[in-house]
Amino acid sequence: MNRSSQDSASPRHPSRLSILVSFLGSMNLAITLLVILAVASVVGTVLEQNQPFQNYLMNFGPFWHELFRTLNLYNVYAAGWFLFVLAFLVVSTAVCIYRTTPTMLRDMRNFRLNVREKSLRSFAHNVQSETHPEPPAQVLERAGNVLGARGYRVRQVEQADGTRLLSAMRGSGNRLGYFFTHGAIVIICVGGLIDGRVPLMLAEMTGNLVLETREIPASQVPEQSRLGPSNPSFRGSVEIPEGHSATVAFITIRDGYVVQDLPFRIEVKDFRVERHETGQERAFESDLVIHDDELDEPLARTISVNEPLIHRGYAIYQASFRDGGSFLNLNLHHLARGARDPLPLDTRVYGNHVQELTDGSRYTFEFTDLQTHNIGTVVDADGNAERRDMGPSLDYTIRDPSGSGMFFRAMKNPMERDGTRFVLTGVRHSTAEPFQYLYMPKDPGGDGVDRFMRMVSFLNDDQQVADVVADVATSAARQFQGTQGEVPLEVVETIMIRLMDLFVQGGYDAIVADIEQRAPQQQWESLMDLFGRVVNMTLREVYMRVLAEEGIESMTGVEAAYLDDALVALDALPHFGSDFLITFNDFEHVQASGLMITKAPGQNVVYFGSLMLIVGVFLMLYMSHRRCWLMVRPAGQGSQLVFAGTSNRNMLEFDEEFDTLSRHVLGQESPGDTTGHARESSENDPR
Amino acid sequence: MSVPHDAIGAEYPGFFKRLSVTDWLWAALVTVSTVFVLAVFGQYMDIYQVITLIVHAILGVWLGWYWKPFRAYAVAVGLLSVLGVLSYGDSLARAETNFFLKYLVSGQSAVMWMCALLFMSTAAYIAYLFRRDASGTAGVMPAMVTAAGTGLLGGMLLWLGQAGIVPGLEWVSPLAFLVAVGALTGPLSRTEFSAQVGGALAWVAATFGLVGLFVRWRETYLHDPAWGYIPVSNLWEVFVLFCVVTVLMYLYYERRSRNRGMGGFVLLLVSGAVAFLLFYTLDRQAHEVQPLVPALNSWWMKVHVPANFIGYGGFAIAAMLGVAYLMRARGERLRPDGLLARRLPGRQVLDDVMYKSIAIGFAFFTIATVLGAMWAAEAWGGYWSWDPKEVWALIVWLNYAAWLHMRFTKGWRGVPMAWWAIVGLLLTTFAFVGVNMFLGGLHSYGAL
Repeated sequence: MNRSSQDSASPRHPSRLSILVSFLGSMNLAITLLVILAVASVVGTVLEQNQPFQNYLMNFGPFWHELFRTLNLYNVYAAGWFLFVLAFLVVSTAVCIYRTTPTMLRDMRNFRLNVREKSLRSFAHNVQSETHPEPPAQVLERAGNVLGARGYRVRQVEQADGTRLLSAMRGSGNRLGYFFTHGAIVIICVGGLIDGRVPLMLAEMTGNLVLETREIPASQVPEQSRLGPSNPSFRGSVEIPEGHSATVAFITIRDGYVVQDLPFRIEVKDFRVERHETGQERAFESDLVIHDDELDEPLARTISVNEPLIHRGYAIYQASFRDGGSFLNLNLHHLARGARDPLPLDTRVYGNHVQELTDGSRYTFEFTDLQTHNIGTVVDADGNAERRDMGPSLDYTIRDPSGSGMFFRAMKNPMERDGTRFVLTGVRHSTAEPFQYLYMPKDPGGDGVDRFMRMVSFLNDDQQVADVVADVATSAARQFQGTQGEVPLEVVETIMIRLMDLFVQGGYDAIVADIEQRAPQQQWESLMDLFGRVVNMTLREVYMRVLAEEGIESMTGVEAAYLDDALVALDALPHFGSDFLITFNDFEHVQASGLMITKAPGQNVVYFGSLMLIVGVFLMLYMSHRRCWLMVRPAGQGSQLVFAGTSNRNMLEFDEEFDTLSRHVLGQESPGDTTGHARESSENDPR
Repeated sequence: MSVPHDAIGAEYPGFFKRLSVTDWLWAALVTVSTVFVLAVFGQYMDIYQVITLIVHAILGVWLGWYWKPFRAYAVAVGLLSVLGVLSYGDSLARAETNFFLKYLVSGQSAVMWMCALLFMSTAAYIAYLFRRDASGTAGVMPAMVTAAGTGLLGGMLLWLGQAGIVPGLEWVSPLAFLVAVGALTGPLSRTEFSAQVGGALAWVAATFGLVGLFVRWRETYLHDPAWGYIPVSNLWEVFVLFCVVTVLMYLYYERRSRNRGMGGFVLLLVSGAVAFLLFYTLDRQAHEVQPLVPALNSWWMKVHVPANFIGYGGFAIAAMLGVAYLMRARGERLRPDGLLARRLPGRQVLDDVMYKSIAIGFAFFTIATVLGAMWAAEAWGGYWSWDPKEVWALIVWLNYAAWLHMRFTKGWRGVPMAWWAIVGLLLTTFAFVGVNMFLGGLHSYGAL
């Protein structure tokens, strides 16, 4: 009671401290802070975080970019103001606990034996009797027993005027719920701050740590951009090719990084992608060996997604993977005369090849990525979609002398379409576009595209084309006669050479465009028909000569089908966009395992806080702090009494409980028969 | 008359003494089943699985004691699931040849049964709200007007969707038709009959839904033993889970509050989920079993996802009761003798059940988020990475924490809290599907 008189006195002489405390502990402040945090967090999810500044500048324009950058919205969760608000919230909650705990504890212990009769009579739950037949002692004894049996703690007191008061309460743990939940918030935030980037930010602000932005080997990163093994908490990553090892992790910060030295060496023996029969990934696994002076012998362990290795407080996760520089065996075809004599290339993923042409121009080939599986959905003739693996693919970029690049994807395995097998190469002008694929028919007797390349080479050899034209011209001339009257053979040959040239430069489309440009419109249709037939005759003869080189003299069904496919491919070839084509023969797979390495000493603090939070939430929501009072004074033979109760949660349940309790306490019914007294809650309850 | 002093038995019988013979029979049944499973399959189970089974058995016994109708439900689910699993044997092809599988208990058939029954249940619960007055025909006119209006609306939605003007609207039209059917048939009865039918249908639907998930669990192994996973891993499966959990939670509160008037509202929302499921199944073939991505292949999924859906179910119920509350409040204000003011559940009941569902939802959402953080620590290398899904889960959590605060400390009740519960569900929905669709991040497993 002393305490409350102090409390009531304090507002008259508020000290600065108490003003500060009441400000910090106020719910309004807490709600304001929470709203700020919530809005900032939402901004962080909508605005993609940690992108290169260039992207933002392009998206938002200079004004907004500058504003967003100043507010640190591109990395909002590590922004100083965000962490400040978070810290402020922790302080506010802590103050709130500090202020409220004494009241809570008092509430849990205090039986409120000083309650006034008047207030009892005004309780929502109360039963009064002016002429109860039993004497006070009897009622009180029964009340004590009934309430005690129901789990209530009971106290009695006799007041000066002979009035006796019994007070009972139950479920005071509900008040603990308040303490647990709010305390949990503070503990979780503190744990989070321990593991957060605050120490790094401080080190950076004081100049003890400088971000490294150059792409250099970890060993060359200067001391000012390194963190020693004593750093208590971090989250870094490192990519280690199979057969290699690392003693560092990289922590990416904004557009740079710092190097975290580890007190042990991690070796990646092997990395595997386990697959289902359909080719979909089932598991990513790395065989690791930890070399640590503190260990008697190296520690070998396989980690996978969802199964990290924890060593000396460092957790090592399987986070990603990429190519580790696979060995490639390729053929480089120059789609001019050299197509039939490809240049064999032995190189590696991430390697380069520079090809100098006779005119001195230099083309650079960059081998950027290797995929061992390409899962795509194939729809068969019956319309059934099936997921199928298209096999390995190699991505490469060809840069012309000016440095601008075209992007390609060579598939290793032939793909079957309508019974024929094709070798595919995709091309695109920017990485944002999808690939357009060139379908080259596979050699009927082998795995390559040699025959197709011989045709390409043949068509690019003016002398050989002229040869063929000379042979075909006579029969071609007959076609011309049908529509144009007598045409001299030399003219036919000149036209044919020109047509073949157009075809090689731009496919059938080029011939069509040429006709539309030169001839009057009424002749277009007949000319297209005529020229089409002539070109096909010539190409067929070219094909026959290519076959003859293989020792095939006559064209069978297989060869005829091949020709159709080859013509489609030859027609598309000018749109391929490059003079070079790479066929992907073989590879030896080397992978790099992407590991995430973390040290989070605050994790157990956070887990403890979380457990407290859950316990607190259940205490708060599912335990109600209930109180009952029985005030009795003698009245004649019997007594005058008030029985009242209150609950801070679940009032509807308490309605029923109080109903039963009051009947039992007043002896109107014995506790044995408890059934059938649930009050029907009125459907049309006006409240 | 006063009762003789010594005749007063003050002792209140303890918890176990209050249990009936049926309660003990239930405990015996669960125990025998558990022992049977351990005896037959124990050799294939590791220690964690044995512990999990025993914990589930204890929870099952407790739940059956605490909530009596759960027992019949559990037995029905158990028997039908066993029927499904045994009918399969070890060949997935039997789904097409076996009678029971084809028409009743294969994962797909059972879920389709659930969808159909939930639609029917919704219509029946709505019919209950439009029942004829004990005397007179005052309610018939509004019912007919509602039926005509919603019927027209449904027709328009269907047309807009099918004509391709607003593609997808045709999948929403069933909801309007359900209200129309309910309003049309409601006045046929004066009693609680249609609500009883609705309740029974909802129970059977929840049975089929859970059986569907259990049998599907087996099916994932039949596809390929290496695939096997608990079917709470993609959007299709969790929508089934959502329907089951929400309906069960609703049925619990219906019994507890002794009020069937809430069914029309809650089941209408569940029907919305069913409409999505139908679209997802028929239009997108999303019901097909596909192997898990490695990130989901974890023990944590089995606890994280169901806990989350108890949360979502609670929030969904609260929001729909919020709608009912607003309608009732408006009805009382404008037309105190109108259908809204007389037929909808009382404001106190709505307020109380709204609070209870948010409370249970919040408690389980808290658990789910903590479990999610623990899983993230194992799979993504940190218990908190400010991933969009994490951030939105935090916002949902803060939202309901604030709701509860306002109720406890400021005593807020009534209309503002009802609106808040509705807004809360919008936030929750965004956190549940919106984040995956619009924001991406590590947690984007469901796609449309």
